[in-house]
Amino acid sequence: MTDFLAAISDPNLPFFRYAVLTGIFASIPFGMIGTYVVVRRISYIAGAISHCILGGIGAGLYLQNAMGITWFGPLHGAIAVALLASCILALVSLYAKQREDSVIGALWSVGMAIGLLFIARTPGYSDPMSYLFGNILMITRNDLFFVLALDVLVIGIIGIFYNTFLALCFDEEYAQLRGVRTHWLYLLLICLVALTIVLLVRVVGIVMVIALLTLPAAIAGNISRNIMQMMIFSTLFCCAFILTGLGASYSLDLPSGPVIIMIAAATYLLVIIGLNLFRRWRKKPIQPEGKRSLTVQTAIKSRAASKVSLL
Amino acid sequence: MIAEERAIIEVRDLDFNYDQAPVLTDVHLDIWPLDSVCIVGPNGGGKTTLIKLILGLLSPARGSITVFGHKPEEARLRIGYVPQYAHYDPQFPISVRDVVCMGRLSGSFTGRYSKADKEHAMAALAKTGLTDLATRPFASISGGQRQRALIARALASGGEILILDEPTANIDHESEVRFFDLLTELNAAMTILMVTHEVGFASGFFKRIACVNRQVVIHPTSELTGRHIQEMYGGDLKMIRHDHRCSEGGHCHD
Repeated sequence: MTDFLAAISDPNLPFFRYAVLTGIFASIPFGMIGTYVVVRRISYIAGAISHCILGGIGAGLYLQNAMGITWFGPLHGAIAVALLASCILALVSLYAKQREDSVIGALWSVGMAIGLLFIARTPGYSDPMSYLFGNILMITRNDLFFVLALDVLVIGIIGIFYNTFLALCFDEEYAQLRGVRTHWLYLLLICLVALTIVLLVRVVGIVMVIALLTLPAAIAGNISRNIMQMMIFSTLFCCAFILTGLGASYSLDLPSGPVIIMIAAATYLLVIIGLNLFRRWRKKPIQPEGKRSLTVQTAIKSRAASKVSLL
Repeated sequence: MIAEERAIIEVRDLDFNYDQAPVLTDVHLDIWPLDSVCIVGPNGGGKTTLIKLILGLLSPARGSITVFGHKPEEARLRIGYVPQYAHYDPQFPISVRDVVCMGRLSGSFTGRYSKADKEHAMAALAKTGLTDLATRPFASISGGQRQRALIARALASGGEILILDEPTANIDHESEVRFFDLLTELNAAMTILMVTHEVGFASGFFKRIACVNRQVVIHPTSELTGRHIQEMYGGDLKMIRHDHRCSEGGHCHD
């Protein structure tokens, strides 16, 4: 722990400070967007977007190094492809209802294939491993601006459309019947998910995005009474996982991404087991009450029987 | 029923198919102001499809539907809709009041609720007897209460037609009795359309029964004469006369 604090304050280790700041500020979109991903049950869409992003990263590297287009880097490629993938996925869910999962699966791997092909043709050495498994220690000052911009965007848009997003997640059909433009709202939500995933890829890598997006929200879901609470708890959990993961990876000399994920997963498991034990323990004394609820049929039968016996 | 009064829902020569398979064919249906119609029929017979067509969530392959003389999509906001509650995620963290507030979403572009919106929602909760449960999580209340919360949501939105999809599916008998008391009260000011698959007896509440099984046939509800059934269930009952053929628009015995 003291090592960790020393590392933060060490002027020769600016990347470590950036990593810690990113962990704190990135938890906000992770927690808020992760909440929607969990309650709307679209983690498979999040998975597809995150894998597609490799295509954008590959294209960015290729354009930068092989074509000499210096202003366009992997981050720009990732954002462009993430938004493109969201539009495709939103259209697919609108028009190809039955075959949605096949299209998502195809998009998932095609994105990766394109990325790997671009990387193969890019001169010089670029290691796809760092994109697949992420490295929060490679965060730069510019990335930090991206994180802050995303914070403003996510808080702003969710603050404005909180009620309509809630209706979209709880009961899309009803929202549509009340005049909400659910298709556009869904596209907006998926775009926010996509931008958040671009950032997540930086922190934990393509392969582990879903875990850090859904685990904190899934834990928060167990103790929250509404979406707002779930977002706040989820953000706090996410921040705790990233910071403890970063600290542990620093003192144990292990890669940060997997350590963060393992801490999140272990916490999730403990919370689930703990809650189940707690509910079982609390349920015991009130067992007899459950028997009172009758089905419609038995209620009618017993009523009919009592009438007959009266006659 | 006044003859010169215009039907508020008019379905004419309607066909609907799902991927070539016909679901509804040649449907004619008129729903009148303050009507109360029970839509019955076997599963897969097209009951929910008919309702979704009226709400404008699906569009017909042939024929037309008008609601208050407009296209269904345009008349949507004048219909209160109570969907089957079975499809809700039981773990969704949301309070009863927040569910009911959704009925007021059409008020603004961003979905922000005004003070009046919240008052409407609380009034609807009071009408359905749920005021005390307003802040409780939606997942923690009973099936019957959840059903009433969804009705409150439809009432909060206002409108002249109330459409309910299998509202009695999972509620106990006592709740069902209270439920029909509520419907009777609402029917004084609203037209009521309700889907159910409990074909046998659908309470004496409804004026007409629409049997939906690829085609739609209207039956009047008529008094049940069998004394033994009356004795068994103890109350006024009406049964559906499947032996009785009516004109396409249906007719009424009162």
